[in-house]
Amino acid sequence: MGDFIQALVAKYNYWIYITLMMIGLYAMIAKNNLIKKIVGMNIFQTAIILFYVSIGVKKGGTLPIIEHGHGAHSHVVHAVDYINPLPHVLMLTAIVVSVATLGVALALGIRIYNRYHTLEEDEILSQIREK
Amino acid sequence: MIWQLDLAILTLVVIVGIGAITVKDLLGAAIMFGAYSFMMCLLWSIMGAVDVAFTEASVGAGVSTVFFVAAVFRTTRRTKD
Repeated sequence: MGDFIQALVAKYNYWIYITLMMIGLYAMIAKNNLIKKIVGMNIFQTAIILFYVSIGVKKGGTLPIIEHGHGAHSHVVHAVDYINPLPHVLMLTAIVVSVATLGVALALGIRIYNRYHTLEEDEILSQIREK
Repeated sequence: MIWQLDLAILTLVVIVGIGAITVKDLLGAAIMFGAYSFMMCLLWSIMGAVDVAFTEASVGAGVSTVFFVAAVFRTTRRTKD
């Protein structure tokens, strides 16, 4: 039992990321408003990005920018001293993709509003069924 | 990484995220989402991902909020949930 609680507390950030992800999933499934669904989708995406970036963190590591970068060619670069920059670069792409997704989703939302004059999912569905 | 600061800002992120999906005004939800993106930017600075942090500050907190406010301006602020 003590080991279990220790493991629970030591990985506190993963539990909070899972909480955030479930908040986003709840908003995508249970919310009725389309804009709220888009906000939930963004929260879900940022939770995944948080998980990936937190993998690269290293105890005692510094920022992934080479020290003495200019002029001193004799310095040896120790990879152990730096935070792993590979997840950062991958997640940089994911952030840009998430903004593109957000733009397309909001444009579709505006088109839906212009046609049905509402953003609520149940009202849109009842208007579709009436036709 | 300072874990006390990390835990405090993660708690704020969860609170602001719940607020963004429960507030009954879409403009309020858009502004709450901007605050959420800013908290996320702070979190990435704490984790040492400086490039991701300033991309998030410009793209997430800047452009996303402008998109949301523009979409709410073109549609409606009212929401049922």
